[in-house]
Amino acid sequence: MNDVILYTLITLGGIGALSSIILFFVAQKFKVIEDPRIDLVEEVLPLANCGGCGYPGCRNFADACVKAEDLNSLYCPVGGNETMSKVASVLGQTVEGKEPQVAVLLCNGSNANRKHTSIFDSAANCTIAANTYGGETECTHGCLGLGECVDACNFNAMYMDPVTGLPVVIEDNCTACGACVKACPKNLFELRNKGKKSRRIYVACMNTDKGAPAKKACDTACIGCSLCFKACKYDAITMANNKAYIDYNKCVLCRACVEVCPTNAIHELNFPPRKVKPAKEEVANEPSTEVKSENQ
Amino acid sequence: MLKTFPVGGVHPSENKFSAGKKIETLPLPKSVTIPAGQHIGAPTQILVKKGDAVKVGQIIAKAGGFVSANIHSSVSGKVSKVDDIFDSSGYRRPSVVIEVEGDEWLEDIDRSENLKTEITLSKEEIIKKISEMGIVGLGGATFPTHVKLSIPDGKKVGNLLINAVECEPYLTADHQLMMEKADEILVGTTILMKALNVNKAYIGIENNKPDAISHLSEKSKNYKGIEVVALKVQYPQGGEKQLIKAVLNREVPSGGLPLDVGCVVQNVGTAFAIYEAVQKNKPLFERIVTVTGKSVNKPSNFLVRIGTSTDTLIEAAGGLHENSGKVVSGGPMMGKALSRTDVPITKGSSGVLIFKEEESKRDEIKPCIRCAKCVSVCPMGLEPYLLMTVSKSQNYERVESERALDCIECGSCSYTCPSSRPLLDYIRLGKSEVTKIIRSRNQK
Repeated sequence: MNDVILYTLITLGGIGALSSIILFFVAQKFKVIEDPRIDLVEEVLPLANCGGCGYPGCRNFADACVKAEDLNSLYCPVGGNETMSKVASVLGQTVEGKEPQVAVLLCNGSNANRKHTSIFDSAANCTIAANTYGGETECTHGCLGLGECVDACNFNAMYMDPVTGLPVVIEDNCTACGACVKACPKNLFELRNKGKKSRRIYVACMNTDKGAPAKKACDTACIGCSLCFKACKYDAITMANNKAYIDYNKCVLCRACVEVCPTNAIHELNFPPRKVKPAKEEVANEPSTEVKSENQ
Repeated sequence: MLKTFPVGGVHPSENKFSAGKKIETLPLPKSVTIPAGQHIGAPTQILVKKGDAVKVGQIIAKAGGFVSANIHSSVSGKVSKVDDIFDSSGYRRPSVVIEVEGDEWLEDIDRSENLKTEITLSKEEIIKKISEMGIVGLGGATFPTHVKLSIPDGKKVGNLLINAVECEPYLTADHQLMMEKADEILVGTTILMKALNVNKAYIGIENNKPDAISHLSEKSKNYKGIEVVALKVQYPQGGEKQLIKAVLNREVPSGGLPLDVGCVVQNVGTAFAIYEAVQKNKPLFERIVTVTGKSVNKPSNFLVRIGTSTDTLIEAAGGLHENSGKVVSGGPMMGKALSRTDVPITKGSSGVLIFKEEESKRDEIKPCIRCAKCVSVCPMGLEPYLLMTVSKSQNYERVESERALDCIECGSCSYTCPSSRPLLDYIRLGKSEVTKIIRSRNQK
């Protein structure tokens, strides 16, 4: 009986010893020398693995940071400036602060603003709906309301508003990782600078149809009348494909465009209430002539 | 034993209400909206502008490449608008609106009813004529016919197959055409045989149309090399690959074309359009459309000018019942629901199908119970449940390796699923994403 135990111990012990020797030499031969700073950088990253930086995961980003000569070309949108300065201090470099960004929905076609003309009863997936047809409303450019962006968001920064039928971005949670930008088949999300005191001005419409059909499909559509383009003194507004676009780098938040927009397609966020109300009648008369000339 | 394809297939209830209804010519509408893209391939270039006077059969949009087809005016009158207008896809697409004035045809179109059997044109001239006349596959896929007939070097064609299966339930347009225009179809087939340089053609007809089978068999005795083959009723026998397997017992390889097994398949409606184009010089500007459904007062087969509003057809068939829930362009299996009824009839519209409210609702989506019914009915031997799962989880590499691109989108899987899962919707999603990936890979 003791013999059996003895032989077993010797055999197993022998195999173990032999394997460990083989493993030791193999490990020496195929040693991967990794920069120890990668681990240090990874420790200060948020480890969300969201891909917002353009790399497959946080470790790949850390690797890129260590290899990079200039950290300014790299940015972790989730951690923001705070994380980037930590990364810089680990690597003994300096980094300039970047303007924080936030995802913005460029559509205001809520249930109240857009009339529904059909019902989509297939699988609740925006890409499938967009491949199938134009959408439940006459606007073929607007939000389909099936919430693919909400599913794509890793940070709980979005929810569908059942009243408007549109997704809402929770600014405090949004890290500007860009997952929703990639997910939306209608390209309705844009990452825009958060702005001072989170104040932002943007055109909440992506409709490239001409004025008349755009307005017919949605009450708050951009009809491409170029009134805002003319009102802007800072060259921040460009007109293309029957719609206006506001460059957030040039915009000084003067709100001149918001006042002239005849369809309220330009949104202002987080501004204090206005002191003086603009004379409405003057504004209301102009756009109608403008729309006509646009259609000819 | 009747021939059929061996793998998969379903047999939905046929509901051919409009069978045996004579083809009625629909009165000219007040205006037509002709979309500038009615085929698969490159977009066309619109030749007319607002205010131009056009005649019936006049070319209004030129093919924008080899894989493209000319568009002709279906009415005479004045162009009132060239603009982006909603078509059956639910998107705005470039279209030409023509206000109808009179019915003045181009002079070189032969409007007589005489049968012209003698084929004077040569092989090349026939293909050129077909391309000029804007003929596309009328089965629904609308692939330009002249492309299918231009055989690349190194390929050999031995057989022509005429697809007269009409396996979609409800639709009867092809059936009625065969009953009324048998000789024209057979001449059209002979023209196709000459263009392809083959001496054997098969016309495949499903056994639920015994009158068409006997009628065409009788007539085909006068034409050399045409044989009518009766097939067992099984959906989707009208798919090219299924038809070839059923008639000739040849299998088109994965990712291949019928040409790889020496076949060309053409729809029976296309054969008729080719007869009219080659023998009568008539461009493709009208087609036969079935208007049907359980709630339709007068299910009919109409001869319709391209560009006529779907509304007009529904009115002619007795109007929309108040209990209507869905209007489908095409058949119930592969057709597409319309988001509005003022969209024009195009070259590819084979039917307008009206579902009652209770028929039109999709059942609630329930979890997959792993019954594998979808696998057993898939005519391409795919695994639909798996394709749906991997495409839902955006694992597009797996979608590609599981051969999603072989899917012919017949919808048998969704039809048969006891949990009413939207299998085909997700497979289509996977297919479109995989196509994008392949395209970007090829560009590199």
